[in-house]
Amino acid sequence: MIFKTIKRDELANLYAKLAQHLIVGPVRKGLDKNNKAMYDFDRVDKFADLCLDYDTTKHSAKKYFLPFTETLCTFKIFKDSWHKKVDYNINEPIVMFGLHPCDINAFNKLDKVLLEGVYPTPYYAAKRKNIFIIGVDCQPQPWCFCRSMDTDTVLHGFDLFLTDLGDRYFIEINTATAYEILQQLDIQDPAPQDHQLFLQKTNEKADKFIASVDTTDLTKILDMEFQSPVWQEWGDRCLSCGTCANVCPTCYCYGVEEEVDLDLKNARKNKHSYSCNLIDFAEVAGGHNFRPESHTRLKYRYYHKHRGFVEAFEESLCVGCGRCGQACLADINVPEVIASVRQEKI
Amino acid sequence: MEQKLKFVNILKEKNLQRPAHGLKAFEYSYPAEITNIYPMTENERLYQIKIRDEEERNSFSFKPGQFVMFEVPGIGEAPFSISSSSVRKGVFDLCIRHIGNLTNFLSQVKLGMRVGISGPFGSSFPIEDMVGQNILLIAGGLGIVPLRAPILSVLENRSRYRKVDIIYGAKKPRELLYTYEYEMWKKFDISLNIIVDQADETWQGDTGLITKPLAARIAGAGPAFSTNSYAIVCGPPVMYKFVCKLLIEAGVPARKIFVSLERRMHCGRGKCCRCNIGSTYTCLDGPVFDYWSVMNLKEAI
Repeated sequence: MIFKTIKRDELANLYAKLAQHLIVGPVRKGLDKNNKAMYDFDRVDKFADLCLDYDTTKHSAKKYFLPFTETLCTFKIFKDSWHKKVDYNINEPIVMFGLHPCDINAFNKLDKVLLEGVYPTPYYAAKRKNIFIIGVDCQPQPWCFCRSMDTDTVLHGFDLFLTDLGDRYFIEINTATAYEILQQLDIQDPAPQDHQLFLQKTNEKADKFIASVDTTDLTKILDMEFQSPVWQEWGDRCLSCGTCANVCPTCYCYGVEEEVDLDLKNARKNKHSYSCNLIDFAEVAGGHNFRPESHTRLKYRYYHKHRGFVEAFEESLCVGCGRCGQACLADINVPEVIASVRQEKI
Repeated sequence: MEQKLKFVNILKEKNLQRPAHGLKAFEYSYPAEITNIYPMTENERLYQIKIRDEEERNSFSFKPGQFVMFEVPGIGEAPFSISSSSVRKGVFDLCIRHIGNLTNFLSQVKLGMRVGISGPFGSSFPIEDMVGQNILLIAGGLGIVPLRAPILSVLENRSRYRKVDIIYGAKKPRELLYTYEYEMWKKFDISLNIIVDQADETWQGDTGLITKPLAARIAGAGPAFSTNSYAIVCGPPVMYKFVCKLLIEAGVPARKIFVSLERRMHCGRGKCCRCNIGSTYTCLDGPVFDYWSVMNLKEAI
């Protein structure tokens, strides 16, 4: 990997270089009840709106690569035949400016299931390949447990990554496109003290985590504790509302429905994001529901993320961003659920 | 000067391609038509589907136990087990119960209706591995539908297998499927045992649960039964527990018992997660699983 540094003031020029594209980044959305700024990913129209020192965003950035609703194809219907037209719903590259390591790692995890395997999905691939990603380092918040999930740093899946060194940023360059853009800006080779400062920053960050999840033997424990009464307790609290899946950067499940115009000449096949906590997630025609009770659905969600995905890809489908716990109206969060399944005191 | 990022067009040719795998094949469906509709019961019909393009038809083959995604534009798309001989290319039967949006619509369509087919998807019954062995095909209700493909495979090569049993249970006599084929199955030296739960005045056969004829078959089998038999089981969720228990107790190895599981599916391609058991995709690793896999999947049966 190639490393450079860039002065803080020069970052505006990097923004300007890319400004003809849609730039998505963390922007301020308002104040919470403690007068603390709240952020979310949105379209950025000027550099001053971009809040690179944000703590977290309420939602992940996934609406830009896994839209909550998307038309998979359209049909023109003729008297005795029909024609299907497919559109992957992206025509221009997008720039994502200011993703934290957890959100970039979420991309890398989604890549494994959506880009690899027997049937890679072009709807995701088309967007993934056209998103220019600028990562930025972060400060651990009380709910962050990314370090437990090995996602507090990110090694690939971005174009360039910025680490704040005070008056300048340390840059990790991962793609030729990023390198070519930076060549047109005022950048410097990092000095030995920059390397030291970078490592020092990384070490300081590691010490700041409060929340954690013990993943030791977790796949086995989840199998052993499949009948544990704690699932029932969490299930009784769960509202089955699907908010956790909504804010999660790695939840990708969906439903498909078709609709036809009243004149019967055009039809569409639409995909919408779904959540395994919603009651009819596993219901089949005829009415049999494979997971009718709230706790069986909540358990399935943990099972998929922390056991099944590990079995398939040697890593969890959770990046430890803690958004689900922050958003949950019933105050259910991953570290507490897993600690209770492990029968640890919390 | 601004830097223009290059747009990567992953769909350079606007047309989707036919191969079963890869990005361009994801949303491809074969234009097909309904060439025959055969009513089987009050609520189930057998639909014969023919892929329209000759070249596509000849390249479409499947293995017994696999399913297709069947689409009517604007109405919906759903998975259906193929219920016909795997020898025929590009022409196959789907036995469909009219129970949901798409299938209720189908109950009203006419011959020649254009539909979309993608697949075939999923795992299959390893009929080739069963050569020289006894085969027990055990079906409850609609579970006979995915078993018709392996049944026809066995008929086509009957001399390769030893004793073949079909044990089939239905709620009522009028819900029995493929009744017109029973005599043919018997002529191919297949022992057919049918049992219904609720007999009517015309019913001459056995009454009770499917475990009754199965237990009788096991009891009458010789000592070699556990070493030279395969079982294929398909039925409603509640049936698996009892049937598989009997088979395991009779000494049939878990790796020689195969089940076909039903789950909700929205893509058939391992993406939508609706069919997941844990994170095992029923559409990719199933619908056919051996019983050892089932034992290791929580909530499978």
